[in-house]
Amino acid sequence: MTAIVSAAPVVSPRGLDPRAIASIEAVLIPVGALVASAILFSFFLLALGKSPATFFNLVWVGGFGSAFSIQNTLQRAAPLILTGLAFAIPARIGLTLLGAEGALVLGGFAAAAIAIPMVGGGWPPAIGLPIMAVAAMAVGGLWVGIAGWLRHYRGVNETISSLLLGYIAIAIMNFFVEGALRDPASANKPSTMPIGDAWRVGPIPGTSVHWGLAAGIVLAVLLYILMSRTTFGFAARMTGGNVRAARAQGLPVGALVVVCCAIAGACSGLAGFYEVAAIHGQANASLIAGYGFTGILVAFLARQNPLAVVPVAILFGALDAAGGLVQRRMAMPDATVLVLQGIIFVVLLVSETFYGRIPFLQPKKIGERT
Amino acid sequence: MIRSSINRRSLLKAGAAGLAASALPFGLARAQTPIVLGAVYVGPRDDFGWNQAHAVAMDVLKQVPGVTVIEEENVPETDAVSKSMESMINLDGANLVLATSFGYYKPFVVESAKKYPAVQFRHAAPLWNKDTDPANAGSYFCYLNQAHFVDGVAAGLSSASGKIGFVAAKPIPSVLSNINSVLLGARSVNPNATVQVIFTGEWSLPVREAEAANALIDAGCDVITCHVDGPKVVIETAEGRGVKSCGHNASQAPLAPKGFITGAEYKWETIYKIYADALAKGEALPNFIAGGYHNDMLRNSAYGAGATPEAIKAADAAIEGLKAQKPIYVGPLKDNKGNVVIDGTKDNYDPVLDGMDYLLEGVVGSTT
Amino acid sequence: MSENGLVIVLIAMLGGAIRVSTPFMFVALGETLTEKSGRINLGLEGNLVLGAMVAYAGSYQTGSPWLGVLFAGLAGLVLGAMHGWICKLPKVNDIAVGIAFMSFGTGLAFFFGKPYIQPTAPRLEAIPLGWWSSNPSIAQALQVNPLFLVGIALAVFMWWALANTRWGLIVRMTGDSAASARAMGVSIDLVRLLATAAGGFLAGVGGAFLSLYYPGSWNEGLSSGQGLMAVALVIFARWDPVRCVWAALLFGAAGAIGPSLQSIGISQGYYFFNAAPYILTLFIMIASARSKSAARDVPGELSLAK
Repeated sequence: MTAIVSAAPVVSPRGLDPRAIASIEAVLIPVGALVASAILFSFFLLALGKSPATFFNLVWVGGFGSAFSIQNTLQRAAPLILTGLAFAIPARIGLTLLGAEGALVLGGFAAAAIAIPMVGGGWPPAIGLPIMAVAAMAVGGLWVGIAGWLRHYRGVNETISSLLLGYIAIAIMNFFVEGALRDPASANKPSTMPIGDAWRVGPIPGTSVHWGLAAGIVLAVLLYILMSRTTFGFAARMTGGNVRAARAQGLPVGALVVVCCAIAGACSGLAGFYEVAAIHGQANASLIAGYGFTGILVAFLARQNPLAVVPVAILFGALDAAGGLVQRRMAMPDATVLVLQGIIFVVLLVSETFYGRIPFLQPKKIGERT
Repeated sequence: MIRSSINRRSLLKAGAAGLAASALPFGLARAQTPIVLGAVYVGPRDDFGWNQAHAVAMDVLKQVPGVTVIEEENVPETDAVSKSMESMINLDGANLVLATSFGYYKPFVVESAKKYPAVQFRHAAPLWNKDTDPANAGSYFCYLNQAHFVDGVAAGLSSASGKIGFVAAKPIPSVLSNINSVLLGARSVNPNATVQVIFTGEWSLPVREAEAANALIDAGCDVITCHVDGPKVVIETAEGRGVKSCGHNASQAPLAPKGFITGAEYKWETIYKIYADALAKGEALPNFIAGGYHNDMLRNSAYGAGATPEAIKAADAAIEGLKAQKPIYVGPLKDNKGNVVIDGTKDNYDPVLDGMDYLLEGVVGSTT
Repeated sequence: MSENGLVIVLIAMLGGAIRVSTPFMFVALGETLTEKSGRINLGLEGNLVLGAMVAYAGSYQTGSPWLGVLFAGLAGLVLGAMHGWICKLPKVNDIAVGIAFMSFGTGLAFFFGKPYIQPTAPRLEAIPLGWWSSNPSIAQALQVNPLFLVGIALAVFMWWALANTRWGLIVRMTGDSAASARAMGVSIDLVRLLATAAGGFLAGVGGAFLSLYYPGSWNEGLSSGQGLMAVALVIFARWDPVRCVWAALLFGAAGAIGPSLQSIGISQGYYFFNAAPYILTLFIMIASARSKSAARDVPGELSLAK
């Protein structure tokens, strides 16, 4: 984890100040990595006798080529921004959490469950929807918070406990959705009572993309400010860098750990809320869609930077959106996009090694050995 | 389904009388426009089960001149399916979409149909309601429980212990109806037969499916059948343990050369043929097609070595009975908690059966 | 639960432990070796799935299931070696690369595995260790695959070799303190590369068990996260190969609780019985994690441990 929180280079090369170098690198390296992945994947396609040109054209058309495609991409990116944040925030404090999937499912379930009496009681959606969102965030936060609490106060490794809690969360949702809280009309797709059209969160005006996208972007900005510009964020990053030093400084490590986990869970829970309120209109097994696990990759490729999570999630959304078009037009299996994603991930992660090491951006130091 | 006010019987009769009668004057009636048909599958097209049954049958539509079929697999039951269907419409010009997984219907197919009124949507489950759902949407479905009834008849006469094991995914009506039909089929030839069920909780979880099959065999079941997405593991486990098996969704006969009895299979191609004919003539597609043995929408896999001669004879007779619409659910029937759940005789397509939430007396297992 | 029912469940748990534990065991042993050298490879799920596919395809094409096992191991070895090579680059995070390899391995397996979902490949045979029992359930429960025995032997060997051989010492030193290993003239990158590649090999073999023995067929839902869980079990087993075996057995046995309870008629709340392995593991971790030995066992160089 140390590499993630390492400070920007302090040396100043050929008249460029370090911030400018960091910005150049932040564009140059990912773009270079994407190009390199595209070349590698082209070899894969050529070996299979398929045309790379057709493929990449389809990725463009399917991901960004029209107003529809852009909205398709953004809609698919929306939950990934939130689950990406759910991994990135605890990573800053040095925790590897695999609990976003479970928190999303349980948060979405909580939102749908709390909606049942409110919808039945004729509450106005304007009051009920925020309550649903808060419930989803609270339950998600609590669930992942448990992993943080166990980590700090019981010494239980958070990676394994969050993974286990995720499986248990899914069992809890299934138990209620197929049991006590099942809508009798949801015969072959066991679900909670639908919240009804009046309670559905509509799309952002002028688009077909739901409000979860806006919520994700706003949260990304807020969490960026929290982690980079506040005492809390500084303390958290310091704890992530070196726990012992943080303790020596008198930082409340336990509270920081639990709060970071709770923030992560709340992000996942909010994603679950939008899945219920904007997409499904009820809770059911479709909430288990793997967004939590994809979020881990989003966060890593964003180098745990909350702002970078947004464009990375959009890249994932675009690949997903284009995947269907590739299947249909090129008669290739759905796993094609998985292979491309795998190559992109690996190459992007390899490209990390070039930060601070691009020759023409480096200062010349007298007597420096290479 | 309980909310659905549709009278399926009348629709079926209309269907039997000639599907053109139910054709409505909209949509694809503008003849000779090229048809681009988008098919969406929830899993891989070659899963040896549900998706493969659809994909194989889709070949019928590919043969129709002027029809282009575009396909997308592994599309989850989330907004991803809305977006896949919309992408087919917006980028490929699809004007007919076949959504083949149950969970696609609400809200995704319904909302997409409202958004794209010029496109026809058909969904593989009996969910379309002519009063509330868009007129450019529709349903098609085969009642597989009839073929499971035949499985039960054959299993009842091929089993020595009279104990049949059933590996089931989830306790939903379509699964429960298959379990209950196996029981009623077995009891029709062996009044002491029982069916023991284990729910795995997931549509595809091979290790737990194998564990469940083993547990059932350990409990004394000597015929194993199942309702999961891909039955291959269950059938192979049963064969490996030396017990007999009945298949589901596609023919698993080659997987169990010693113990295979028969299996319940869809004939989606019958429905797709109806669509293909309508498309070829430029006619509107029927909104609702459902059926079973009486209208050639099901079959049982060819009998394997596990089927005894009397089992084959009884099963063939059962098929003839079903073709003549002989009812499966003949009341009074109790559930396995002792409540009377079916008092009179139910037609094989009675919508009441679509809301089934019980296991009949003689089934060992619980729905919660 | 009647006494008879209890016996049935216990026999089922014994059988479940033997049938289901092997993939967990191999992945966990592979990961233990990798983590002992100071690296984490979170991506062994990818090795497991790719191994399962390659083993099935290999067995189908050559007619020899053991060749399939070998191919699976080699596929895992290649993925592991790539992971090991990439992670030696400065600033590259091993956990992230692992997750990337999870999707890469799974993607490759799904892409090339399509033609092998349908066919039936020759499978590995079992050794009937229950011949002495007249109870068919016990005889069945003791149908043991050779790989299960190989896994246990390997665990004991690893436990011994890590403690008593020069190689074991080098691996442990690399994992506990890179600086002292370097001072001894050990090439840290090479040790970690070899440990990760070997770990990848074992995970690939674990996948072969899934597709060639139990449940014994290839499809895309085959693993459903077993590789990820097995990596987590290494932490649970505190980096001890022998404890990995116990953890895998416990996990397999707990997985048999759900189906066997339903088979004796106890089916209320089966979702929770089916989640028994996860619930049980969590409780054991909570109960045991505070002990001093837990912290002492962590390889010092591990990013998870910091």
